[in-house]
Amino acid sequence: MNSKRFREDDYLERRKHLANLNEQELKETFWALAEKAVSPLVDLAYKNTSPAIERSVLLRMGFSSLEAKDLVEKTINHGLISKGAGHVVYRLSKLENLSIRDAGLKLIKNYGWDIVKSSFGVKEHE
Amino acid sequence: MNKNEKLNILEILKDLDKYEPRRRGWTWREPVKDLNLAGNIYSDASKPLKNSTPLPAAKYFENIDPQPIQVITSEIASGRFEDDIRRMRMAAWHGADHLMVIRTAGQSHFDGLIEGTPQGVGGVPITRKQVRAQRKALDIIEDEVGRPINYHSYVSGVAGPDIAVMFAEEGVNGAHQDPQYNVLYRNINMVRSFVDAAESKKIMAWADILQIDGAHNANATAMVAWKVMPELMVQHAINSLFSEKVGIKKENIALSTVPPTAVPAPDLKINLPYAKALRDFFSDYKMRAQMNTKYMESSTREATVTHVLNMMISKLTSADIQSTITPDEGRNVPWHMYNVEACDTAKQALIGMDGLLEMVQLKEDGYLPEKVRELKERAILFFEELLEVGGYFQAVEDGFFIDSGIYPERNYDGISRKINGGIGANTVYERDDDYFAPVTAHYGYNNIKQYGLKSGDSPSTLIDGSTFEVRSKIQYIDELDEEDNVNVRLKETKKYINSKIIKPEVEWAGDGFLVIDVTLPTSVRYAEAAALVIAKRMNLIDPEVIHREILQDAEATRIQVKGKLDIEINLDELTLAKEPDLLSDSEIKDYINNHPITIIAGTVGEDEHSVGLREIIDIKHGGIEKYGINCIYLGTSVPITKLVDAAIETNADAILMSTIISHDDVHYKNMKKTHEYAIEKGVRDKLIIIAGGTQVIPETAEKNGVDAGFSRGTKGHHVASFIVKKKVEMNGN
Repeated sequence: MNSKRFREDDYLERRKHLANLNEQELKETFWALAEKAVSPLVDLAYKNTSPAIERSVLLRMGFSSLEAKDLVEKTINHGLISKGAGHVVYRLSKLENLSIRDAGLKLIKNYGWDIVKSSFGVKEHE
Repeated sequence: MNKNEKLNILEILKDLDKYEPRRRGWTWREPVKDLNLAGNIYSDASKPLKNSTPLPAAKYFENIDPQPIQVITSEIASGRFEDDIRRMRMAAWHGADHLMVIRTAGQSHFDGLIEGTPQGVGGVPITRKQVRAQRKALDIIEDEVGRPINYHSYVSGVAGPDIAVMFAEEGVNGAHQDPQYNVLYRNINMVRSFVDAAESKKIMAWADILQIDGAHNANATAMVAWKVMPELMVQHAINSLFSEKVGIKKENIALSTVPPTAVPAPDLKINLPYAKALRDFFSDYKMRAQMNTKYMESSTREATVTHVLNMMISKLTSADIQSTITPDEGRNVPWHMYNVEACDTAKQALIGMDGLLEMVQLKEDGYLPEKVRELKERAILFFEELLEVGGYFQAVEDGFFIDSGIYPERNYDGISRKINGGIGANTVYERDDDYFAPVTAHYGYNNIKQYGLKSGDSPSTLIDGSTFEVRSKIQYIDELDEEDNVNVRLKETKKYINSKIIKPEVEWAGDGFLVIDVTLPTSVRYAEAAALVIAKRMNLIDPEVIHREILQDAEATRIQVKGKLDIEINLDELTLAKEPDLLSDSEIKDYINNHPITIIAGTVGEDEHSVGLREIIDIKHGGIEKYGINCIYLGTSVPITKLVDAAIETNADAILMSTIISHDDVHYKNMKKTHEYAIEKGVRDKLIIIAGGTQVIPETAEKNGVDAGFSRGTKGHHVASFIVKKKVEMNGN
């Protein structure tokens, strides 16, 4: 909790710059501020991924929730999450000429990670 | 589906691995302009249902059941989805077309999808199997009532995108999605929550799922609920705009608005300006009017009045979806009958206020617009300071939200979360330049060019379609837990499923719960103790006081006690009271309009009683005259021959003979004589003979030759209904 205990309601003081705005201008001001608050959040989401996002990709690629969870954990452990877990599966399927499901199931059995890593130019890190 | 047949849960659970939802996306009600039902014209009504349960008073209005224009929500989640399915049918019959399933406690923190059908606590574990079973049941129910039913749950927690995918695949129609809910109330890391939310929302956009935000929780959590009004507007704006920017269309973005205070505060003076300010600023989005839950106590009456006042605000401003909170939510996880009560309350209140804004309008000067303006400005000032301190994340860390001061007043008691703290902290990864995901509805950076696709091409073409295009790719899991699943539960309650054995029930098959409502002439503490003793003597197991109401401190207290009763009833062993088979007033009137009916009436024998017969005849007592039946009353002590002769003379359709004196069965003897005299005169086959009196047993009367006998409690309606039915039978029309 903050050390400051209380701030008086200084609404009348703070509102002075809003006093002359008409209703439409007030609304536009509100949404312009919202835009400023939200834009960095949208940008953040655009550039990043997460285990849940990668699981959701794998679900859409035809893996069960249990398989997706396992694949994402392994992708993180192998340092490949920034490539995309679905990408890892897709890459192995291309390299080894496997179906998407077969590629994923092989990765779950710990087969093929080295092949994928070297194709991404990622070094083994132990 | 026959309305007298129970839903077959075993049938619903069969072949779920092959179930396919029949549609995607949200459905609004169909408005009907100037809907006319039995001569009542409605301004804001929607298409009536094929099957429904009207309000109790509808029997005086030809059983009409006008449906408001708003979609009506009912939240059903007892912990056992298999029992909730039956309650969903009850709610749909009472007008709900948005069925919301609350998730089990703790699902927000489950990192992945839950599978199978474990039992929930305070909600239902949302799983693919459970969703399929409920959606499949709703297909049956919506066909039965004749209106599409929207199915709804939550896309939140640390597995939001996983759940969003499952919902998109399974045809879920609406969902709560608001990263601020994760952050403030579930202590899930804020960075993770917003990154995940973008993906969830993108998926929801593809599936045309209507989104509802989570801002109403601020009200329920805040120490001084109404003071969070400026902040609520900021929360709504953040989620709405964020959703729009990641691809949800405006008409699928709904605000979960809530009237922040309740009586004894001056409800409308605080809640109405807030509602108006919100609708001014958020005119592009939909409004889901939630009800106040912050001040709910155990009085179902008090909650109901609060909710009716909330709906007045919905009518005075607007609501696209009207939520209903069950009036028992202040004392337990909602029970069957309270979901139904809440739906009826919504229907009754909204239809009751039909056309309100054609008659009254909100004032454009004075208190209301001044308050509206003030709230808007306070919300703007909140946003300004939020940006000043460095943006949303910093503001959350600084405890801006759920502060008990009305902004800019601050008490520094808000909910503060660390930017790098909470569940799932440090689990967000920056995408590399060659990051790629070969699926539909993926948000954000996706390097598809490295695999030969152009901007705008669908990434899923590279895998010959994702599950969104090729449904057969979905991996269905039935059950993971051998002990905790629906099959085990159904074995335990098997006795009560599709059987003739019943027990009292409020939420689960065979739960045995009932409530006793007892008023005791003593003070509250004695009353409570006494009520528990009474409940135990009534053989209630585990009795518990759920409501107390002081009528006067010393004079009396009303107590409600719940408990379980271990009594089973076999329907086959019951004797049912004979039900009078009555025509409606309008059916009787219609027949008589087209086929005028005359009757001859009198008290027969040496008998001066007249009151009973007059009540059956007289219009002022609701007698048969009101249907337009022509009644010729001959008085008391009328000879039998005179009754029949008069009937012949006036070409009457029926004789109503009153026989009060029953000494030596003289009443039955008179019936027999009347019957025989009519035969002698050759008119028996076209004359209806009805006998009534306090000592008349209908069956015995019929054995003595009359067409019908009526006893105590008979009303004109019963007699008129019988005459019309008999005439139809005789004439074949």
